[in-house]
Amino acid sequence: MRPILMKGHERPLTFLKYNREGDLLFSCAKDHTPTVWFADNGERLGTYRGHNGAVWCCDVSRDSTRLITGSADQTVKLWDVQTGVQLYSFNFDSPARAVDFSVGDKFAVITTDPFMGLPSTIQVKRIVRDPSQQTGESVLTIKGPQGRINRAVWGPLNKTIISAGEDAVIRIWDSETGQLLKESDKETGHQKTVTSLLKSADGSHFLTGSLDKSAKLWDSRTLTLIKTYVTERPVNACAISPLLDHVVLGGGQDASHVTTTDRRAGKFEAKFFHKILQEEIGGVKGHFGPINALAFNPDGRSFSSGGEDGYVRLHHFDPDYFNIKM
Amino acid sequence: MAEVVSMADIEATAQRHGIDLSSVDLDSIQLPPGEDFGIKSDDDEDIHEEDSLEFEAGFGNIIVVDNLPVVPPEKFEKLEGVIRKIYSQTGVIREGGLSMPMNPDTQKTLGYCFIEYNTPQEAELAREKTNGYKLDKSHIFAVNLFDDFEKYMKVPEEWTHAEINPYTPGENLQQWLTDEKARDQFVIRAATFTEVFWNDPRQLMPDLVYRRQYWTESFVQWSPLGTYLATVHRQGAAVWGGATTFNRLMRVAHPQVLIDFSPGEKYLVTYSSHEPSNPHDTHRVVLNIFDVRTGKVMRDFKGNADEFAAGGSGGVSGVSWPIFRWGGGREDKYFARIGKNVISVYETETFTLIDKKSLKVENVMDFSWSPTDPIVALFVPELGGGNQPARVSLVQLPGKEELRQKNLFSVSDCKMCWQSNGEYLAVKVDRYTKTKKSTYTGFELFRIKERDIPIEVLELENKNDKIVAFAWEPKGHRFAVIHGDGPRPDISFYSMRTAHNTGRVSKITTLKAKQANALYWSPGGHFIVLAGLKGFNGQLEFYNVDELETMATGEHFMATDIEWDPTGRYVATSVTSVHEMENGFHIWSFNGKLLYRIPKDHFYQFLWRPRPPSFLSAEKEEEIAKNLKKYSKKYEAEDQDMSLQLSEQDRKKRKMLQEEWDAWVSKWKQLHEEERELRLQLRDGEASDEEEEYEAKEVEVEEVLEVQEEVVAFDLDQE
Repeated sequence: MRPILMKGHERPLTFLKYNREGDLLFSCAKDHTPTVWFADNGERLGTYRGHNGAVWCCDVSRDSTRLITGSADQTVKLWDVQTGVQLYSFNFDSPARAVDFSVGDKFAVITTDPFMGLPSTIQVKRIVRDPSQQTGESVLTIKGPQGRINRAVWGPLNKTIISAGEDAVIRIWDSETGQLLKESDKETGHQKTVTSLLKSADGSHFLTGSLDKSAKLWDSRTLTLIKTYVTERPVNACAISPLLDHVVLGGGQDASHVTTTDRRAGKFEAKFFHKILQEEIGGVKGHFGPINALAFNPDGRSFSSGGEDGYVRLHHFDPDYFNIKM
Repeated sequence: MAEVVSMADIEATAQRHGIDLSSVDLDSIQLPPGEDFGIKSDDDEDIHEEDSLEFEAGFGNIIVVDNLPVVPPEKFEKLEGVIRKIYSQTGVIREGGLSMPMNPDTQKTLGYCFIEYNTPQEAELAREKTNGYKLDKSHIFAVNLFDDFEKYMKVPEEWTHAEINPYTPGENLQQWLTDEKARDQFVIRAATFTEVFWNDPRQLMPDLVYRRQYWTESFVQWSPLGTYLATVHRQGAAVWGGATTFNRLMRVAHPQVLIDFSPGEKYLVTYSSHEPSNPHDTHRVVLNIFDVRTGKVMRDFKGNADEFAAGGSGGVSGVSWPIFRWGGGREDKYFARIGKNVISVYETETFTLIDKKSLKVENVMDFSWSPTDPIVALFVPELGGGNQPARVSLVQLPGKEELRQKNLFSVSDCKMCWQSNGEYLAVKVDRYTKTKKSTYTGFELFRIKERDIPIEVLELENKNDKIVAFAWEPKGHRFAVIHGDGPRPDISFYSMRTAHNTGRVSKITTLKAKQANALYWSPGGHFIVLAGLKGFNGQLEFYNVDELETMATGEHFMATDIEWDPTGRYVATSVTSVHEMENGFHIWSFNGKLLYRIPKDHFYQFLWRPRPPSFLSAEKEEEIAKNLKKYSKKYEAEDQDMSLQLSEQDRKKRKMLQEEWDAWVSKWKQLHEEERELRLQLRDGEASDEEEEYEAKEVEVEEVLEVQEEVVAFDLDQE
């Protein structure tokens, strides 16, 4: 498996997202330009210019026409995927952290950071097909959790919103009323900041990665803890294979500590775990900084990782990978 | 003071979290023991303590001096002057704080007086210093604290039999030795937890015995034979032990302690230093020696810190722990400490100095007990600019006779190192070269058990090699030395008696250019771990000294500590929190196979539980070694059973996990199916997810990029 090195960003990567067909890969980085690539050969297709701060997160609509990006410049922007034209810009009073389209792409959930005394929020915006009709008001605003909310995604049938962040608690909210429905248990839940949250392909379960050096698999409806994967490093990113019973965790020691120890100490590997047995299968090395973003191609035959080093590495699996016996 | 939280805030918070305050039973909320979240509660001890200090009414600062001369009024003032003079030395007497009552009939004093100081500490000091003070022959002061008076008054006139408590059999403190699988225990400290585990190499994981949060505030320590575990706290130390759980057997109240067990674990020495109440005073030091089983103080030593500073040079501040070094093997017969020009040896029968006086040795620098016999090796440095040579001598106790002495010239430093059976003593001597600009190292080897204690001098082949590490083979006759400068030193093995050379030390082998800076012999001998800690990033080499071959090499990246289990079967390597990363421990077999790895954040300590010495006689041990095959059969069978069982268990577990997972998946599938219609609606009737079959349509889009009209000159005449 010879990775394709995609050098298009000048700053650390923050997020990676495949479209549903798996032919496009969207990447966000701390430089201000989200980029789209051919997921097959890593060729750069184009960029989305307009943000004025680090871009933290993005999501692409089911029909691959709309891209939504959340940025530290306190805006969330809607783009036309094909032309790269900015369709609309939602303005906030604080940096936007996470974005996620609902099923049907009629709503988007957006989280904003605590900033200048403002608390963090989870907001729901209505997304209109015709961009000229688009308005900026929120359908719902949820406040409450302390600290940054690193991810918020829609639960099954858009009935709930699942959020997690710095306070290490995973919460399920009612997406109609904004009421808190469920909270993860202090004992069994994460002990430190949850850095990533990723739904399975069918949305029935999701995986969270945390700085407490573990990733956990939860039921989306009941918030039951199903599995825990323990690694040696803080987890910055995680992904679930849609094809095999594998999960990938990426991370590494804090960027501020990288220079203080040996290169080997960093462990900037993407670690593969068996989803059911919770055992480590193997690792993919390559980055020379912590891994910040991971994504599986929806066909499960390739995955990409984005690092603090500014590279996106696109890995197509060897045939051997599909024959791993546990 | 903790910040004050208003009720309104609480209510707001509760509402935010959707909690109905009226339904919360506050009493049912229990904080973890020892954790108060920074909020002092009324019944916390600290607050009480602080309060009591402010009380003026206590009598703790008053002493009663008895056995004063009985004087008539005309001499009253003179006596008062004398008393005032004596007692002003130890503290400031309060104004009007000296009162000497008179008998109203005879107008004479009653022979006692009260003295009030400003602080109880001064009163305590005065009592200590002047109790038994001889004013003259017939007046020897009896000084007591006023507060103690009541206690003494209550002593009944008639002696009665002390009530004898019926004997209740205690727990078997040696329970852990009866483990069926003959496993060993270890204790680890990580984050706020202290945990005791069985090392279960067959299962390739540790097996939890006991865990407790906030068990200790600084560190834990096993007693030398493994019976007890001592935890150290701000207020003192506690000793724990027992069959399955750890129960507190004894508590020692002694603030800010250091602790040390005697080798036979009969006694526990605790040390604490008090901040001086008066900045002019030096640090005061209190040492207590407790009997571990009864918890009784056998002897206490008090003094200022300088007296207990090791080396007797007076220049070193602080103490080198342990202050008392135990000698005479496991019987705990003697203990000694070094002072200025003396070594004070005490014996434990009476807890007094042997012959009531210390061993006088001018300028003694260091001493060290033989691990098995009551023999002390001591080192006196060169004096008078080299006129008086440095000296190492062996002194037998309790007779205090010198067994052997060796004079050494141009010595800069000496280190003494005993072999574990007390058969050999190696003295590493650093000598100055002729120019006095640099030093080189040699060894003086004493054969303690042979007649007249012969001494041999060993010098390395390259005299200028620096000695990095030295270690005796436990119970054996070999030792290993890491020597050389630079990043890859050499390691040499020597034997005190090889087959053809019994009386002489001889070199066995030298391993060239090794990445090692520490030596860890197996407690049973024969095997050694050559470790490269710190700068060498945790390189490990497992070496068999009998066969002179490397069994395995390994690496525990950044390893800081290495410890053999007491049986010599396993090695634990750990990275403690001196490093930020990689914290945790690895367990290896003696031959260098990595058995399992446990990462633990904020990892502080790893300690194997020591074992008492084996009851097997030397002959029996030899017999077992000879017929090892016969004995090992049983264990091999057990191992095989175990591994079969394990793989069976493993298979079952996997099957169970798989089934569990399948159950989840089928449930999800069903729910997903049920929700299909709804999902379809959400997507405006667009087919949803996996059930859809989408076809690839090829769409040709023609785009006119640019249209340009150009007149092309065409030459008709060309043809």
